[in-house]
Order: sequence, then structure tokens, then C-alpha cells
Amino acid sequence: MKPFLSVNDVTVHLGGRPVVDHVDLEVRAGEFVALLGTNGSGKSTLVRACVGLVPVTSGSIELFGTALPKFRSWHRVGYVPQRSNATSGVPATVYEVVMSGRLARRRLFGARNQADIEAVSAAVEQVGLLSRLRDPVTDLSGGQQQRVLIARALAAQAELLIMDEPTAGVDHANQDVLADLLGRLVHDGTSILLVEHELGALEPLIDRAVVLRDGAVVYNGSVDDVAVHEHSHMHPHTAQPDKPGSLSGEGIWR
Amino acid sequence: MLDLLNYPFMQRAILAAVLTGLTAPAIGTYLVQRRLALLGDGIGHVALTGVALGLLTGIAPLVTAVIVAAIGAIVIELLRSYGRTSGDVALAMLFYGGIAGGVLLTNLAGDSAATLQGYLFGSITTVSSSDLWLVAILGAIVLILAIGLSPQLFAVCQDEEHARVSGVPVRVYGILLAVLAAVTITVAMRTVGLLLVSALMVVPVATAQQITRSFRTTFSAAMVIGLAAALTGVVASYEIDTQTGPTIVMVALAAFVIAAPLGAIVRSWRNHHRVHDPQ
Repeated sequence: MKPFLSVNDVTVHLGGRPVVDHVDLEVRAGEFVALLGTNGSGKSTLVRACVGLVPVTSGSIELFGTALPKFRSWHRVGYVPQRSNATSGVPATVYEVVMSGRLARRRLFGARNQADIEAVSAAVEQVGLLSRLRDPVTDLSGGQQQRVLIARALAAQAELLIMDEPTAGVDHANQDVLADLLGRLVHDGTSILLVEHELGALEPLIDRAVVLRDGAVVYNGSVDDVAVHEHSHMHPHTAQPDKPGSLSGEGIWR
Repeated sequence: MLDLLNYPFMQRAILAAVLTGLTAPAIGTYLVQRRLALLGDGIGHVALTGVALGLLTGIAPLVTAVIVAAIGAIVIELLRSYGRTSGDVALAMLFYGGIAGGVLLTNLAGDSAATLQGYLFGSITTVSSSDLWLVAILGAIVLILAIGLSPQLFAVCQDEEHARVSGVPVRVYGILLAVLAAVTITVAMRTVGLLLVSALMVVPVATAQQITRSFRTTFSAAMVIGLAAALTGVVASYEIDTQTGPTIVMVALAAFVIAAPLGAIVRSWRNHHRVHDPQ
């Protein structure tokens, strides 16, 4: 089986400077890969290149075995961008924003069908925001808005989730719940590529960690040995969090 | 008052007002969502050159205005999406070029700039039946696309990058939206005029937002407000003998002035309600 994501010798220039430098990376079916590194290490640029938001200077990227420029099956990919403060000029509810995650599965001029509505409710329930479904996104806290973006990616029912620092600005309690959610997704067979600069509660879930420094891969292997390679920025936690699965899906996140 | 419906020119005026009142806020909602509220103004300026080109060549000004405004809209959208840094200066030059070009071409056609007055501020009672047909067809196209493609247009205006990762050809939709705005502006040209059309694209949306909480209700409410303002404006301008464009815009602004404090009260009530909501 072809890897879901395959990055081959990719270099990305931003403003004339190589930000990603001859990187190889693979995410296989069912794998949970963490892409780690400090700010400015190029990890965010690399995942943005993986979904076609940033052009690559050299090398190639394949999604599900298809070269990125020819890739059309976007319903197989769920993307959670880094949280931006840019809100739009017109109010939009949680329901409306999450529904836009179904776009890759909808036809032109087609009305939303039962599957769309059910997927949206399920996604919003998974992030614990069902009671806020009809509220405008701008009424929510920053952490809740981040969860709306995660729900939007979940609504696509994608096989590969690409998340750019979903825990940025999210407190520890919420990180535990996110860990539980991602644990269940991986258990159900979803592949995940996660960009983070600190793993925290997510660490036990990670199959493989890739560490970038100055745009190049300096480590690719088990998450247990990451600390040795990136000791100044990785903080091995002292208390082991509860096993995923044993946490309830809601509660703290409400 | 109903006797005004007996005049064919008033029947045409009212039909044109209905189309303008519905299309301008529909496209305007997307422009406001995308934070391009002033795009309508820019395209309106460019459309003036199109009008003058019609006067110069003897082709119907409505036709040349649609074509020139659409080309201008595409240029603006391309400048916006490619050259972000110098975008606003380029836009400004396009706006001034539109006005200057319009007046210059009109002079060359042997007319004075006063000829353009009806296009700048609207002259709804001079709408001919052939104008009305074109306005009706274009208005219908705008409405069908603005409603039928709303999932895509909403996504592009809400979060362009996410839309792109959902496989939406973002650039195509950006251009489509700009062209729809250009068509809307020329549809509204005879009703509210090129200098005021942007008001009917933005003010009803701002008014609706005082009360609404979702995109969908904002979109629908803006269209209802736009329609009401256009119809009230046409009738009022007939009764008090004023120009239609400014009358419609003042009615729309009056609605905003009423809605703004009302919205503030509703919002504070909702906040109060939420604080005491034990969940």
C-alpha cells in the first residue's frame, strides 16, 4: 500500500531563503506522526507545502500515491490550520463553519444531504461543542474556536488529518481531551500528521516523531528518544496522563 | 399612491429596483465577509469608463459598462491575489483612471460630463424596456449563482486557505465573485448610480448584522432590507420628487440607524441571558 503522504527530497524557499531543506517524510496508513521543532524550524511551512498552500522549489510530494499537482481527492485529507485571528466580516455559526468542511464531498449546486448534516453534528459532538452549534464562532473563546477548526477537519471524514499546532494556546485540561479524541481517531484507522513544538499529553499516542531544525530533518524515529535530539525544547513530562480511551469524550471541554 | 403603477416608466422603475435591491446585498454579503466592502466602489468607478465608451461608440452604455466593469473587476482581483504589497496603490490608480477615462471619453463623444450624471447617481425613470430586459437577465444570473454556489463562495470568503485544501479552485471563485460584483453594479447603475451602488451592497449587510448571528440569516435579511429600501426609495422619490439613487441610499442608512441601537440592546440581553444560563 502506498503511503498516504510521501515527501521526497523537498526544498521550499520563502523570500529567497530555504525554509525547508531537502526533506523526506512519510505518513503511512494508520500512522500518527509528529513533526517537531522550534519556531522557525520550517515545520509549519513543510505541512503547508504538503497540502499545496506553499509551492515547493524542488522535490516532490505525493498524497495517496498521486503527485500533489494532480491530486483531486481532497475529501481524503482534513486540514487544521494554525489558528488565525482573522475572522470574517459577517457572522458565521459553528454549524456553518464546520459544514464548510464537507465541501470536498459536495457537488456544485447540490444541497446539503443527510450525510452532511450527520457528519457535522458528529464532528461538533466529538469536540464537545454541540451546545454551541448555533452560536456565532466569534462568541467562543480562543480554545473553543480552535476546536471548531478541528471539527471542520473531522467533518470531512478524511483518512489523513494534517494538523498545524492544534494545541497552541489550549490549556492542559483541554490537551488531555484532545489527546483522547486523537487516540480514538487513530484507533479507528485515521492517519495523522501533527505539527507541534511540545507534545505534552499527546506523546503516548505518537508512532513516530520527526524533528526539524533549520529546515532539515535531524531525527526520525521513536518518540522516546526525541529528548536526546531536541533536549533543549522537549520537556519530558513527569506525570503519565491517563490512557486515551479511558477518558470520557466530554466533561472538561464543555 | 397606487396610481404610480399605471405609468409604464414607473413599472419599469419598480422592477429595476426590485432586481437591484435583491442582487446588490446578495453579492455585498460575500464582499463584506471577505473584507472587500469597498470593492464595489472601485468597480463602479471603472464602469464609468464603460458607460462613456458606449456613448462614444453608439453601443448601449449598459452593454459596454458590463464588459468594461467585468474586465476591471478581473484586473482588480488579479492584482489583489498576486501583488499583495503594491495592491492598494494599483487599485487606487484603477479607480482614478476609471473616473478620468469616463469623463474624457464622454468629452470626446462631444458631450459634457453632465451627461454622466444619470449614471453616477441613477436615473431610474429613464430605464427603457430593452435596458430592463438586460437588467432582468443579468440580475437573475447573479442571484442564481450567488445562492446556488453559496457553499463554495462562503468557504472561499470565510477561510481561503482551508477552501483551497478542500479542493475549491479559490482563484476561479475569486474572479467569479469580482465579475458578479461588476455585473451587479451595472445592473444597479440606472437605479442607484455608480457612485452610490456600493452603499446598497454594504449598508443592508451592516444593518442585518446588528441582529443576525449566522451567515445564512445575514444573507437573507440583507436581501430583504435591500429590497425594502429600494422599493421605498423609488416610491418616495416619486412622491417627493427627488433623484432615486440618493433617496434609496438614505432609506437604507435610516434602517441602519434604527437597527444599530436595537442590535446593541439585543446583544446585551443575550449576554445577560448567557451569564445566568446554568450550563
